[in-house]
Amino acid sequence: MAEGEARYRKKRLDRGIKARADTIFAIASYKEILYLALPRALPVIILFSLPFILTGYWGKVLVYACVYGLLALSWDFLASCGLFSLGQAFFLGIGAYIAGTLSYYFHWPPVITLPIATIGGGVISAALLSPVVRLRGVYFAMVTLMLPMLFMKMIETTGIFGGAQGLSALKPLAKGWVGTYLMISVFLACLFIFRRIINEDYGLVLRAIRDDDRAVMSAAINIYWRKIQALFVAGAVGGFAGAFLTHHYQFVGMSVFALDYSILPVAAAALGGPGTFAGAALGSMILVPLSEALRALSGLRIAIYCVIMILSVIALPEGIFHYIERKYHQFERLVRVG
Amino acid sequence: MSLLIYGTITSIILALYAVGFSLAYGISGLANFAHGALYILTGYLVWAFLNQLGLPYFLSAPLSVVIIGFLGFVLYWGLLLRVRGVPLAELIVTFAAGVAILELLMWKGFYGIQYSLPLFVRGGVKLGGVAVDYQRLFVVGTGIVLIVLLYLFVHHTKIGLAFRGMAQNERTALSVGIESDWIGSLSLAVGSALAAVAAVVVLPLGVMESAIGYEVLIYALAVAIIGGLESTLGMIVGSFIIGFGQVATARYLGPKWMIIVPLTAIVLVLAIRPSGLFGQFKELEERI
Repeated sequence: MAEGEARYRKKRLDRGIKARADTIFAIASYKEILYLALPRALPVIILFSLPFILTGYWGKVLVYACVYGLLALSWDFLASCGLFSLGQAFFLGIGAYIAGTLSYYFHWPPVITLPIATIGGGVISAALLSPVVRLRGVYFAMVTLMLPMLFMKMIETTGIFGGAQGLSALKPLAKGWVGTYLMISVFLACLFIFRRIINEDYGLVLRAIRDDDRAVMSAAINIYWRKIQALFVAGAVGGFAGAFLTHHYQFVGMSVFALDYSILPVAAAALGGPGTFAGAALGSMILVPLSEALRALSGLRIAIYCVIMILSVIALPEGIFHYIERKYHQFERLVRVG
Repeated sequence: MSLLIYGTITSIILALYAVGFSLAYGISGLANFAHGALYILTGYLVWAFLNQLGLPYFLSAPLSVVIIGFLGFVLYWGLLLRVRGVPLAELIVTFAAGVAILELLMWKGFYGIQYSLPLFVRGGVKLGGVAVDYQRLFVVGTGIVLIVLLYLFVHHTKIGLAFRGMAQNERTALSVGIESDWIGSLSLAVGSALAAVAAVVVLPLGVMESAIGYEVLIYALAVAIIGGLESTLGMIVGSFIIGFGQVATARYLGPKWMIIVPLTAIVLVLAIRPSGLFGQFKELEERI
């Protein structure tokens, strides 16, 4: 821009309702209560009413969106303490196989297998990954990338748990709305609990580990134990999603370790904005229906996720959710400079 | 005896997989997760030049290596430059690029027995009572020559000096006039070209599959974790540990357990020496 010409810059102002911190508000009217409550209530209302509107095929898509959403949330939880996972399929697969074996060999109903798979999935994931929590960033990502492939190969070659055929004719979930609403409620509960936890002291420590683990160590906090706890939480959430899928399909096979389950959560978090959980949830709600709409290009699906991932990381690194949040909470106007 | 010979061959193959990855990561700190995809892409390029354009082998192989090297260069300037310094974004971008390449090739249907590359040389020889074909000997020769050349290049040329400067401290290197983006992109180009060289010599031994792409990446990573990144020696020792471990496992436990070797080796090395066998202090800071 040439000298002397009028120049403008964008000025951003927070809305006048915020007091001191991001989570403390000075409310003066019903309007302001609505302003605060709406973004929190809206997703709940929408998700709970969607099963009435969407029936048949798209109703199933909604359930998958929630399953992928859970995986994306678990990815985001790990990422917020500096553990970048490229193997969400591992968590999903562990849960799916626990539920599958219990249901197949012992004929236990989903009411028992779901909680066992959730807790057991968390414990097994944390135990198997605990030797490598010392690794950071890229190195941890490498190991998590290897694990699902390793399990897939092992099940294929040794033939345990039904081998390449998988276990079929498992107990189904209860008929009707129960499955759908169970999934939606768990998904929403996870979303809100994670968003709360990450701003509490506990989440503060986790985020500090991501930002500067040496500083956390010097505060006499055992960072490895914290990371193992984070792995347990992520593994439990992924394990629940896997166990749910097992009973949903009434089948468990090697496909639960497929690359889809690893790539899509990362893509969803990258698109929605990492670190906020809402972003990851939003991303999966966008990507899963999109990928169903693109089913005709089934072979290209993963490639398309990858392109979306690259584009969103480069073009909108903050993610959709941060962008929306900023627009919602701040005024913007142009002010003249010079 | 056969354990010794095939162990050496496997180890050299692993070293070939890992050398490009370690080089790029050691210098610019960029973990090129597209490494395995570039490896497979090279195989396809060579195949296409051979069968669709009818070029001779000695022309199509170097041409593919150059193209893949250039692709690494483009990957840096086109994508990575914009997210440089954000490890998560770097990881997502390279990994996504790699998976996209592999899936595109799969979609186009370029896998299977009809897409295998011909051997350079047919026939074999008996070494101490063990039959070894010439192609495998050629792989060993290429591996040794490549590592020696790389050592000479890094230690006796100006660009090599710049590489080492970048590897030690990027900002200091910048302050003495080494342009970090230029050297970073160059290191990624050389790393990709090395993956391509590995593909040209190793791929004729097997078939092309997308699974091989991931396998190459995994072995490259495992070698990098075990050996420590900056030292060439560490990389060689790392690949020999995994290589001999795999051949011994296949011999005594059965081939289906081979895949466990890299993971077990990683866990053991991390328990004993977290910075990798030949890692130095800097890596200790970075990794744990």
